[in-house]
Amino acid sequence: MSVASGPLQPGVPAEPGPRTASGTATSPAAASSGEAGGTHPRAPRVGGGVWWRHLLALLALAFALFPLLFMLSAALNPSGTLSSTSLLPAGVSFDNFSKLFNDESRPFVSWYKNALIIATAGSIFSVFIGACAAFAFSRLRFRGRRAMLLALLLLQMFPALLAFVGLYITFSKIGEVLPPFGLNTLWGLILVYMGGAMGSNVWLLKGYFDTVPKELDEAAFVDGASHARVFFSLTLPLVRPILVTVFMVSFVGLFGEFMLASIFLTDVDRQTLGVGLYGMTFGTQRNALFGQFAAGALLSSLPIMALYLAFQRQLIGGLTTGSVK
Amino acid sequence: MATPATPAHADALPPAQSAPWAITLKWVLVAAALILCLFVATRVAQQGYALAVVGAAFVAMAVLVVYGTRKSVPAKYLLPGLLLLLGLQVWPIVYTAATSFTNYGQGHLVSKEEATNQDVAYSVQQVAGSQTYGLSVAVKDGTDIMAAPLYFLLTDEKGKNFVGDSKGLHPLEGDVTMGLGHIKSAEGYRILKLGEANKRKDLSGFAVPTSDGRGIKASGVTQAFEGAPTLKWDKDKDTITDSVTGTVYVEKDARWVPKSGDASPLPVGWKENVGLKNYSELFTNPTIRKGFLGIFAWNMAFAVLSVLTTFILGMLLALLLNDPRIKGRSIYRSLLILPYAVPVFVSALVWASMFNQDYGLINNLTGLHVDWFGDPWAARAAILLTNLWLGFPYMFVVCTGALQSIPGDVMEAARIDGAGPLRTLRSITMPLLLVAVGPLLIASFAFNFNNFGLIYLLTKGGPFTGESAQIGSTDLLITYAFRLAIDGTSPNFGLASSVAVIIFIIVALLSFPGFLRSKALEEVN
Repeated sequence: MSVASGPLQPGVPAEPGPRTASGTATSPAAASSGEAGGTHPRAPRVGGGVWWRHLLALLALAFALFPLLFMLSAALNPSGTLSSTSLLPAGVSFDNFSKLFNDESRPFVSWYKNALIIATAGSIFSVFIGACAAFAFSRLRFRGRRAMLLALLLLQMFPALLAFVGLYITFSKIGEVLPPFGLNTLWGLILVYMGGAMGSNVWLLKGYFDTVPKELDEAAFVDGASHARVFFSLTLPLVRPILVTVFMVSFVGLFGEFMLASIFLTDVDRQTLGVGLYGMTFGTQRNALFGQFAAGALLSSLPIMALYLAFQRQLIGGLTTGSVK
Repeated sequence: MATPATPAHADALPPAQSAPWAITLKWVLVAAALILCLFVATRVAQQGYALAVVGAAFVAMAVLVVYGTRKSVPAKYLLPGLLLLLGLQVWPIVYTAATSFTNYGQGHLVSKEEATNQDVAYSVQQVAGSQTYGLSVAVKDGTDIMAAPLYFLLTDEKGKNFVGDSKGLHPLEGDVTMGLGHIKSAEGYRILKLGEANKRKDLSGFAVPTSDGRGIKASGVTQAFEGAPTLKWDKDKDTITDSVTGTVYVEKDARWVPKSGDASPLPVGWKENVGLKNYSELFTNPTIRKGFLGIFAWNMAFAVLSVLTTFILGMLLALLLNDPRIKGRSIYRSLLILPYAVPVFVSALVWASMFNQDYGLINNLTGLHVDWFGDPWAARAAILLTNLWLGFPYMFVVCTGALQSIPGDVMEAARIDGAGPLRTLRSITMPLLLVAVGPLLIASFAFNFNNFGLIYLLTKGGPFTGESAQIGSTDLLITYAFRLAIDGTSPNFGLASSVAVIIFIIVALLSFPGFLRSKALEEVN
């Protein structure tokens, strides 16, 4: 995740991620007397019981979920204003959604399309460039390799958004020369995100590439394969899991990136979801537009939430080693 | 899997063992990259960016040498990423640092020569028989409407179209749609709407120089006229004299000011190096210094408190649920992650609405009537609460991971030695947990230190209760720099860059010790 990410933390061992599948946890309590608690959940012998744990966990759940419930309630609210929205849905209506799709001055579908194009294209390029570099760093030996790896690590401490003045002026000038890549263009923004493509992912990718046995490459070379053939036909298929992880992590990151997108994209039909939805929440119409905004917000977060629930392990594992939110 | 990416990715198959289609593809991509470089080079040469021409030539050479010969295999894999890294990450950093030593900003965008020509051209007076034009104010498509060079799209009385910039007048090429006497849209240009044109303060000082020192100047936003200037620039003495009033202007602070001091300065100034002036401004100008130090203090407090609150809540929940007797733990965990799975712009905007004073959920549920975003301390509390909600799932997840990786025999040993649950927690669990998540806490701090999105979406840095309208109570350094450069009424890129450089230095100071101690340094071989 190139732009929205924090610095890579090299010293961190890859966290295993949440082992949500029940039964993988081997905490000591399970090995000892605590096991009996499973048969008497309400009256365990050790530790005073678990009902208070359920109670606290439910409280935490309430804290975690009430804003989402509020968003859902606002999206389904028939009158569609902020003032009439309560925590629990007052009624169910899809008016807000139809308003959202038919509002010509707020082209939600274009925003969605732009966000998907940017996140997809950005992530594909980012994975490909990162995989190329990781292959070189993991498989090939050359002068300056160590220095380059360390320089990448150092550069990662400085998120691209800190240099936004330089980026802004540079792209304003690029726009004078090559209009399709200037400010206010999707490709210009994708290009900016690409700047960090190599740095942010190379360490993660290289670590995985290193686990593929070198003997496989050597065998292929002996059989007369070129390095490009080894890379495309042998290595890439073997490291597919990490490619998927990096793709999803950078997709989520680019989909939600706000600062550079709001600097770059000024025309309303070139904006991404974040920039567009932001425009709906201030000014004199914010109360009236709230239902419409909530419907848009709901539709924007559903794909990412689904992605998270389906790929929790990869995403959190990748985020833990690569960046922080 | 061979995703055809940019042309520079031409895959590099040594001819001897490669299939003909692969070799063909490679050379097609190399040729495409070279043609693109040539095209870019000619375009930038026309615009007079010498450095960019050298850059394009360098890229073309690199592509040819790396992919055209078999000299270096690693370079074939590294070149695309390296070029992007150098061009889009290293260069902007260098450029930002360089800008911090200039006065670059609105009113100071061009060289002295150009600025003076514009000042002179702007002094034109309408005289009898002056040519008039229909006018549309525009910038080049794809450039910044607030700070990019202005263009006048002009239509003369015969209906002929011209484009004028700060250097001169040319016929207008390309497709044009006409409005009432002036151009409505033109290919390659972005015509400024009335409100946008009014925001361009430099418009009032803009004029198109034409032949014999005459110039075309706007009167209103849809009309322009040509006339003779009243100012004259004496290059030898480096003064400007007004032939009507007799006022003499001299150079001061990168603009022309009247020598006697009894008239206003000329509108267009120029870009020049100001040395450390931006930095000294931040630390010596009383208003700015006070605000800047306030921002810095809040920035630190915000980052520290965000990490602490999210970590404590996340850790407590991880400890709470790290008990195999609890049924449905995986359901709890999946649901607790949800706040983290929502894009930040959505959750920040939803929270901003919930904090609304009149209709918001928070005031409704609690029966309070707090003006969350109008009072500095309430706004800070609202930000920390929102960030707690956004960040605790991450800490919960990493703490859960760390807890589960603590070996069971260590806990067993503690139990056999007679340690109670609290003692185990204090002496075994916590130290092991902190070792595992310590680096992540530092990373989280560094991220929150520049958490632009949260602040901007929630408060935009406000409320603005202090002495300066540029300095808000919840501003971070990064949102302050953003307002100085882009969001404010008169962009000051120089000052904004100096704030960005200061953030760079702080981030470097904070993370460099960690970098030196990191295991990665030893692992690379």
